[in-house]
Amino acid sequence: MQTAVKIEEYLQEVEESLGNEFQRKALDTFAVAYRTGRANAFAGMDVKGLVDEIAQAKDEGIRRMDELYAQFKQKAESMGVHVHLAKTAHEANEIIARIAKENDCKKVIKAKSMTAEETHLNQHLEGEGLKIVESDLGEWIIQMRGEGPSHMVMPAIHLSRYQVADLFAGVTKKEQDPDIQKLVKVARRELRKEYVEADMGISGSNFAVVETGTIGLVTNEGNARLATTLPRVHVALVGLEKLTPTLHDALRILRALPRNATGQQITSYVTWITGPNECTGAPDNKKVMHVVFMDNGRKALAQDKDFSQILRCIRCGACANVCPVYRLVGGHKYGHVYIGAIGLIMTYFFHGRDKAKFLVQNCVNCGACKEICAAGIDLPRLIKEIHARIQDEDGHPTQSKMMGMVLKNRTLFHTLLKNMRWAQKPFAERGGEYIRHLPTIFMKEKDQDFRKLPTIAKKAFRDEWKSIKPTVTNPKLRVALFSGCVQDFVYPEQMKAAVKVIASTGSVALDYPMKQSCCGLPVNMMGEKQAAKEVARQNVLALDPADYDYIMTMCASCASHLKHAYPKLLENETDLAPKVAQFADKVIDFSSLIHDVLQLSSMKFTRSGKRVGYHAPCHLCRGLEVREAPREAINMAHDYVPTSEEEVCCGFGGTYSMKFPAISKTLLAKKLANLEAGEITAVATDCPGCVMQIRGGMKAAGKEIEVKHVAELLAERLR
Amino acid sequence: MSQEHIELFTKKAEAVSAIIKPIGSMDEAYAYAVDVCLNKDACQLLLSGCENAISDEASELCVAKAADKVIAAPKLADDQYAELAKAADKAGVKLIADGLRSHLAGIDIGFAVADLGLAETGSLVLDSSSEDLRLSTMVSEINVVVLPLSKLRATSYEAEAELLPMMQKSPNYLAFITGASRTADIERVLAIGVHGPLELHILLLEDA
Repeated sequence: MQTAVKIEEYLQEVEESLGNEFQRKALDTFAVAYRTGRANAFAGMDVKGLVDEIAQAKDEGIRRMDELYAQFKQKAESMGVHVHLAKTAHEANEIIARIAKENDCKKVIKAKSMTAEETHLNQHLEGEGLKIVESDLGEWIIQMRGEGPSHMVMPAIHLSRYQVADLFAGVTKKEQDPDIQKLVKVARRELRKEYVEADMGISGSNFAVVETGTIGLVTNEGNARLATTLPRVHVALVGLEKLTPTLHDALRILRALPRNATGQQITSYVTWITGPNECTGAPDNKKVMHVVFMDNGRKALAQDKDFSQILRCIRCGACANVCPVYRLVGGHKYGHVYIGAIGLIMTYFFHGRDKAKFLVQNCVNCGACKEICAAGIDLPRLIKEIHARIQDEDGHPTQSKMMGMVLKNRTLFHTLLKNMRWAQKPFAERGGEYIRHLPTIFMKEKDQDFRKLPTIAKKAFRDEWKSIKPTVTNPKLRVALFSGCVQDFVYPEQMKAAVKVIASTGSVALDYPMKQSCCGLPVNMMGEKQAAKEVARQNVLALDPADYDYIMTMCASCASHLKHAYPKLLENETDLAPKVAQFADKVIDFSSLIHDVLQLSSMKFTRSGKRVGYHAPCHLCRGLEVREAPREAINMAHDYVPTSEEEVCCGFGGTYSMKFPAISKTLLAKKLANLEAGEITAVATDCPGCVMQIRGGMKAAGKEIEVKHVAELLAERLR
Repeated sequence: MSQEHIELFTKKAEAVSAIIKPIGSMDEAYAYAVDVCLNKDACQLLLSGCENAISDEASELCVAKAADKVIAAPKLADDQYAELAKAADKAGVKLIADGLRSHLAGIDIGFAVADLGLAETGSLVLDSSSEDLRLSTMVSEINVVVLPLSKLRATSYEAEAELLPMMQKSPNYLAFITGASRTADIERVLAIGVHGPLELHILLLEDA
């Protein structure tokens, strides 16, 4: 549970989490095992098709929320179920407390429910004098520790067997052997008596099937079966978004939920409860059954054009499983109640701005969550939207406001960048390639010394363009170059290498429109949406897509931003709409252009025999879904050597690495270790940001491995 | 039902540590259940978990289980129950059909016949509207379930037309059961039998 009130406190907490070695190792092992497990579970299935279908069906259900609720209520009531609708979390808790009182219940056995975590139901009921025992093993453990879950599906993943043994020793008043199989058996016996004594069972619900008035529960332990069978009263607490029109809708989600959550084909138990069932513990042999639906902002969300999609979430927790930041800091520092990427967003809506404001900044924007989401939620974009929203509500920090203002004026921005060359002079190392120490006005120097940062180039690419522009008499293809700031002002040699490789075909007319500016991603990352919009507009006007077959950028982050974010950012600019669509359509990365479009062959290159590893930039492999082209391109001139976790973020994330240096540093260290293990002499990648991070890291660590853009590694072997 | 589906069901169920055995008749199923009970470790005196360092309160429930060897078979057809009773009686095993609430500490074997099977995931579908059946499939240490092969379906979608009528009856308590009760909540290490059965035995009955 994240409760810091100042960003400094949050950063401190994050650093403490980084020091939690047990948790780090547990989450690491899980992150790696999960990938294989999930792939096996989905083997032979059309995952994308399934995700699209789920998204569509959920959207339909969200649109019809009120109607579905009315139908479910009518159906369930006709069978003797009591149906309630709570406007707020507090109201839901009160309704449940009232049901307990009216039915003279004293002891509650609970099956796991994230919705009950959302409302802090246990605390409320305990306040009313009830005794609550969680029956899911993980939930029981964290309940006794007085903690919230650190993962939506594996709530106690942060704890070791020794911590559990100590806890159980307290419960049983007997010494415990820290043997997991034995501990589980102890829980089996301790919890069995709790079921026997409880007079009320509380569950959540994965589905509320309207056509039959059925509650669906997905569990592995079977605790929900016992909790809904033994006590005489059953209360299901259900978020309104769980309503599905048909059984088919529920079965469809069931195909994805366990597979995406833990790589299981299906959980051990899936339970479908329709109406008040036989219960010999109740006075007339019939269960007293209540379903409490909860709004708590869901109805308003359903009407929100941008954010209604978060109601599609099926609570599989996969967005945490693949998040490189979650993997380092753990769930207690990566969500308030809801965890992971979806948790950052839900925290804002369900637990408020104060709880969410630091969390939403702690997203490196690598897109791993979006790719894995079972319901196709555009998580990284929505996290940024919340960040921007909070800044609009709370006021913008001076730094990001200034950055936004500067970026809106291209000439000013570029003049500032060029002047930095002179300003940084006193700080540059001999030879001038790296900054020796940082001007302290920007950031705390000691936090940033895990990598050497480059200096601004002597001459920007834009100032060299005229003299290097290739002349092509009969072009077959017209390609506009979009350099992005880093390649324009820091690494112009990467652009020049690309020009050299492309020009070698003799058939491509290249153009570098001078009015192009920063793509706007950095300000978007800082929550300056207005500035991001204006820069996007300037760029679309600067590069008229009608004049080109392709718009090539060698920066994966720019490419993904131009292609996917621009249409969204400019959606209300009707005058630009056709141009924006065309623009986005024509954006391409370097490797795809030379490999897939120009079909360069290895005949063009002299092989080096060098072992070259590859780092897949987040925005290329997931953002543009380009995976084969760069690896095959490297292999045309060198020996491409696969290394571990190529697609895991290097920790740069633009301004992210300045704001969360401790995390960035740790991600980079992992990246370097994986690359080094490949016994390579060079690393290729397709993003100047990744080059900056990885090369700077190698340099700071005194490693000999060179880090270059794919284009450079090709240009140097051109025949 | 095609051989392909039977193989898929077997593979998927075995992947979650279910024990699969093809049988030719219900008589074989009765003999199997009795045999499993006689040879089961816990049929000796202690229920699973009771050998561990548990609280005094929890161990009271352990004591509640008598030294009897118990098979529960609620909702079995009368003639089937009679046959099972004969087999149990001969072996000195107690057979019960109801009153499971007085056996919450645990019983040795739960015996049931599945309504459907889902090959894709190796799952059994059991209409568990009877409270005794719900309990016998949960508090038994070993769950023995007969799946008539005529009831095996390829996927949950394919079974939908048969699932719906069951769920349309009110009240209804329908269960998909796949493997034994499991958890990975401590250090992600798989542990079987956290709340429900420690073993699931599926007897594939050739009834075509």
